[in-house]
Amino acid sequence: MSQRQVLQVFEQYQKARTQFVQTVAELATRPQNIETLQNAGVMSLLRPLLLDVVPTIQQTAALALGRLANYNDDLAEAVVKGDILPQLVYSLAEQNRFYKKAAAFVLRAVGKHSPQLAQAIVDCGALDTLVICLEDFDPGVKEAAAWALGYIARHNAELSQAVVDAGAVPLLVLCIQEPEIALKRIAASALSDISKHSPELAQTVVDAGAIAHLAQMILNPDAKLKRQVLSALSQIAKHSVDLAEMGVEAEIFPVVLTCLKDSDEYVKKNAATLIREIAKHTPELSQLIVNAGGVAAVIDCIGNCKGNVRLPGIMMLGYVAAHSENLAMAVIISKGVPQLSICLSEEREDHIKAAAAWALGQIGRHTPEHARAVAVTNVLPLLLSLYMETESSEDLQVKTKKALKNILQKCTYLPALEPLLHDAPPNILKHVVGQFSKVLPHDSKARRLFVTTGGLKKVQEIKAEPGSLLQEYINTINNCYPEEIVRQALELQHHPSGCHANQ
Amino acid sequence: MATLARLRGRLPGQREEYFHRNRAVDEYRKAEHNAAVRIQSWFRGCRVRAYIRYLNKMMIIIQKWWRGYQGRKHFRKMVETAYFIMKMNFYNEMAVRIQKRWRGYYIRKYIHNYYALKKYLEAISVNNEIVRKELEEFAEMKEKEKEKKDLEREEKKKDHQARKMHYLLSTEQMPGVYNSPFRQSPDPMEVRLRKARPFSHRQQQIKKHLADEISDWPTCTSALTFPTMKPLPPIGRQKPQGPFRDTAEVLQQRYKPLEPTLRVATSINSLEKAREEIKREEWRNRINDNKFLPFSSCHKNQEYDPLIHTSSKYGQMTYGIKHFREEHHEKWVANKDFETVLPSIDLFDKFGQTYSKAGQIV
Repeated sequence: MSQRQVLQVFEQYQKARTQFVQTVAELATRPQNIETLQNAGVMSLLRPLLLDVVPTIQQTAALALGRLANYNDDLAEAVVKGDILPQLVYSLAEQNRFYKKAAAFVLRAVGKHSPQLAQAIVDCGALDTLVICLEDFDPGVKEAAAWALGYIARHNAELSQAVVDAGAVPLLVLCIQEPEIALKRIAASALSDISKHSPELAQTVVDAGAIAHLAQMILNPDAKLKRQVLSALSQIAKHSVDLAEMGVEAEIFPVVLTCLKDSDEYVKKNAATLIREIAKHTPELSQLIVNAGGVAAVIDCIGNCKGNVRLPGIMMLGYVAAHSENLAMAVIISKGVPQLSICLSEEREDHIKAAAAWALGQIGRHTPEHARAVAVTNVLPLLLSLYMETESSEDLQVKTKKALKNILQKCTYLPALEPLLHDAPPNILKHVVGQFSKVLPHDSKARRLFVTTGGLKKVQEIKAEPGSLLQEYINTINNCYPEEIVRQALELQHHPSGCHANQ
Repeated sequence: MATLARLRGRLPGQREEYFHRNRAVDEYRKAEHNAAVRIQSWFRGCRVRAYIRYLNKMMIIIQKWWRGYQGRKHFRKMVETAYFIMKMNFYNEMAVRIQKRWRGYYIRKYIHNYYALKKYLEAISVNNEIVRKELEEFAEMKEKEKEKKDLEREEKKKDHQARKMHYLLSTEQMPGVYNSPFRQSPDPMEVRLRKARPFSHRQQQIKKHLADEISDWPTCTSALTFPTMKPLPPIGRQKPQGPFRDTAEVLQQRYKPLEPTLRVATSINSLEKAREEIKREEWRNRINDNKFLPFSSCHKNQEYDPLIHTSSKYGQMTYGIKHFREEHHEKWVANKDFETVLPSIDLFDKFGQTYSKAGQIV
């Protein structure tokens, strides 16, 4: 009789604990409850429950802790300060899979907020246990462990190095080959976070044979997986030429081009980023991309998207055109220049406009043919107006000025230079007038046109210091014409109302 | 003798002649001497001059020959150098012609091959067109697939709805909602309802308890992520001879899932479990666990629990209970004390003593 009563007490206690922990876990899913829970001192109450006899209570307590730590970094710090981590790490090694999942969730939730918290996790030796979890049979455990490792490695290079030193990379590469999509996603994202910091880390990831598997997974229909895979490949390829070449050897072209047509915006953005990182290293790699038809695909992609998604594509065109004039010509005939000028005029953000201006400058700077192709699309007045606008950021102004200078130094297409004569500030005007002085002595039709359109008049209006380069250019232009015409132009300038210029 | 006579005849005059001769000689000696000197000097001069002339001539001849020799030598050298220069110019010109051709050829072929570049650029545009077209097709295909999937999802949803709402089917007596008599033909939903197989009750129960949830909350273990493969057909399968039924049908019948009745399917203590659940839910959602008691009788014997803040070892603080006035006299605004007893309100005296029973405590 009394024994039963005694046992009943224990049973009630156990029920009470179970209920408490389950309700706390449920309440922790809603953000508005978490403040109240924190004020009620839930951390200190949950901590002893982690050591409870009943496994369900342990797991639910860990789950609740994870949800709380996930919410903001004060709670995560409280988890760290409350010495909960060593306990978790210790029991991670020996418990069943549900507990492992919950504990890995707590580690992830703590590690995601800041590098210091992640360092605390590394310091209490969690990395080795997480790596052991990566070898577990249950895919859920693997996913939770991979997620935690990815969040830790995300912050900086030392933490990534610590993760790599714990031997996580080969296991992550094995995880990528597993059939579960969620596990693949998380493993790809973890590899991407590891390799983004430095070339050595990227090399480690490549040495583990990740590239072949990542390249295979580009064909997978799942959009989120493709995002992560493309991001991982671009983080690897961005560091050096060898890594980029390895990426190309894995035969990602032309499959990557199909990703540019995906319906998901971020897949398109990451695919464009990958192509950009490969293109920027050497002319040969850019040549490869051009031969595979990458430029056309990227230009179409730019045309279909709006906003920040366009940015890597624009930069890719700039990098390709910067390498050599043949590649710039290839960009031109793929109808890149009209698309870039549309971007320049449509976009609102300054950094996208700056990138488009830079790309146009790289295309137009090689030879007069290139400059003509750029100038024909009427983009020079647009660049000038962006340069002159006071609201443009510093970066945008610098880039538009450089682009203008580069294009103008080679531009011989006079109809496009005309409008610039009227509005440009002196430093740009110098180049414009210089170009006129180079072309006009040799071309009689152009000379006639110059006078009729009032260019000569405008040139007379320019005040330049004698002996400066601008004055020399003006003299050269004046020498192309007979005296009377120059005088008439001068008179017109002084008496604009009366005379009518005839040549 | 004759001579001697002649000689003697000349003798007297000899002395004078001798004297005259000597005198003449002496008189003209200087003049003769000068003349002789002059003549001799002139003659010597002539001789010397002739000699010099002769020497000159010889010199001239020698020098002439020597200079001729030098000049010819020089000329030969000049001719040689001129010839050499001419040759070199010629070679240079020819070399220029060769180099001109070679450089033109080399640059046109290897460095800036205009036609190759043109072909290359044309090939790129063609390739771009191909790539663009293929990508368009790919995108279209993806669009179509997506549409198909959406359509299928719609269909499945509608079928699911039909199965859930099978009771809306029209009967002989009563036309259903979707089969209005004023329509020409029944609504498609009606057709679906006719085809639908009604759900059994067990399948409706999707609510799971939290305790069972923990195994499901991470995404991986839900059944959808495991690739479900259809069972492979047995190896070496020959169609059995004879009037046998279709294997699929037989298997379906043989392995038909159990559809137990409601009585069998409910567990024996389902009632208690349901009650427990309701209790748990109510407990969870309750803020105050004390039972709600009516006013009058239950709180009569209850002791008053004073606030922790106002009680101390020496009894209760008076501030807040006995008086509400500030304890420091300097901070008082008015000198008069507060009224502790308010004047009575007449209306409230009549409470409970009027005719109506409204406000009576039940």
